[in-house]
Amino acid sequence: MSDTSYLSLDKLTLSYGKTVAVKDLDLDIRKGELLALLGPSGCGKTTTMRSIAGLMMPTGGHIRLDGVDITRVAANRRAVGLVFQSYALFPHLSVFENVAFGLKLKGLRGAELDRKVDAGLKSVGLADFSARRTPELSGGQQQRVALARAMVMEPKVLLLDEPLSNLDARLRLEMRTELQRVQKESGVTMIFVTHDQIEALALADRIVVMKSGAIEQIGAPEEIYNHPASRFVADFVGFENIFEIRNGNLVTPEGEVVLPGTLPQAAGLAWRPRAVLLGSGPWSARVRGISFAGGTREYVLDTPLGIIKAEVDASLPAHAIGTDVVFDLPVENAAVLKRFG
Amino acid sequence: MTMQRLFAPVTLALVLIFLIGPFLVIVAASFSAGDTLAFPPQGLSFKWILKVFTVESFRQSFVTSMFLAIGGTFAALLLGIPASYAMSRYKLPFAETVRGVVSAPIIVPGIIVGLALLRYFVVPIGLSITLALFLAHTALVLPYAVRVVSASLNNLRSDIEEAAVLLGSSRLGAFFRVVLPNIRGGILSAFILGFVTSFNQVPVSLFLSGPGVRTLPVDMLGYMEIVFDPSIAALSALLAFLSVGIVFAAERFLGFSRYV
Repeated sequence: MSDTSYLSLDKLTLSYGKTVAVKDLDLDIRKGELLALLGPSGCGKTTTMRSIAGLMMPTGGHIRLDGVDITRVAANRRAVGLVFQSYALFPHLSVFENVAFGLKLKGLRGAELDRKVDAGLKSVGLADFSARRTPELSGGQQQRVALARAMVMEPKVLLLDEPLSNLDARLRLEMRTELQRVQKESGVTMIFVTHDQIEALALADRIVVMKSGAIEQIGAPEEIYNHPASRFVADFVGFENIFEIRNGNLVTPEGEVVLPGTLPQAAGLAWRPRAVLLGSGPWSARVRGISFAGGTREYVLDTPLGIIKAEVDASLPAHAIGTDVVFDLPVENAAVLKRFG
Repeated sequence: MTMQRLFAPVTLALVLIFLIGPFLVIVAASFSAGDTLAFPPQGLSFKWILKVFTVESFRQSFVTSMFLAIGGTFAALLLGIPASYAMSRYKLPFAETVRGVVSAPIIVPGIIVGLALLRYFVVPIGLSITLALFLAHTALVLPYAVRVVSASLNNLRSDIEEAAVLLGSSRLGAFFRVVLPNIRGGILSAFILGFVTSFNQVPVSLFLSGPGVRTLPVDMLGYMEIVFDPSIAALSALLAFLSVGIVFAAERFLGFSRYV
């Protein structure tokens, strides 16, 4: 545990029966950080989040928040807020009463209660909605209510479960900005769980990529995007052409291939489609598929290295399906994978 | 074309006559001035309606029936709501078995339930008739309580309870603050179903009637065996209106339609 750590998970383990959902997870989160837990379903990210909230009891390890061990503290005394994926608004209460719910339990009444609830609703742009019933609201509005309901409690940590996945593309951008603004204004430590790399890259200060109940890589968005540590992370953040290195050679479906030049000491190399050079280079390929993607064209190529996906500027002349092209996989454009797991 | 156009309203009229007809016959018969139960009524008078209130055994059995219907249904809900909650929220061993056992009283014919209760439960233990009736009616209503409340609970997302807990509520508090208000509709439906079932129950109550303790339907059967006057029609009509009144009142005061 480092000195700057505000929330720390120390060998957190959680298993149901024989299934281990999270295993020996160590993670330090700084105060005011916006952290993303990224991974496919079943990777343990939701379990980790629910353990922090106190909705699940770890079978091993410790959780410390603001200097206190909260591993065994009941969920209702942790000062941890959670915005559920389904928002989990109380359908029998109005917007005002939803936001007032926790404050009333704290003993707030009268003018002070009204003031806090109104301020909370105002901060998410729903000042005029306090008398509405929640089922009448749109998804985006419901989420704002859920956010206000959690934020008026002034939590030490705010957890968000897939905060953008239920929203349409336009609302998603709006909500992303909203979450960043709320986080900057309140300074609250935010952790959100997502399976969508774009969400994580756009929103988080730091990303924790999880796989099979353990951390695969931790890093800033740029680092995760440009320097994935393993095949799993590379695959997850959009590297389409991933090869293992064995005996200094590239392992392909067609057998081991010698690349020109010396390969770095690594477990594997990965190229984004954008990193593939089309029109020059030592390899020949046949175009199997092509699709126009606005600014670029995406090619699927049949090559001696197996299937290669390339993406080039749409301003360049197109290669028709069935024609032969030459290409290169420049080693200097590749991401170097430390592990090939 | 005209045939087809007439078909729907005619069918509707026939169904309505089939459903409401008997009720109208009874209501008409209760205003009869004659001395025997007959339709069409002979003359017009209120004397049989007034007579209902003077029959001592009707008054007593009405109180018994009301007590059983209200008390039994309340008891069934007190047992049924927690049971439904446990079955819908936790993975219990034997949950399906419990569901089956709970449903038994509506599947097994009332005659058998009544006989079995009397022969193997009431007599050997020496239970008082009133207590035996109360327990029997509670058991009879329990299936409705569990089924209807379970349906409401299954429609209610469980994450709102977690949300309440994270906002500072205890687990129990979350049940009362967010679960109960959202299953009010189901509880009310279960109450009305249970009340009507219990109030109209004959076979089980027949076996468990004893000296001085009878439910109203059993008492009415007994009365008809001896006297065949229109007061029985008058009582039936009054009970029908009472049921309608109770359903309306329950809807109004418990806010049935607001939550369904």
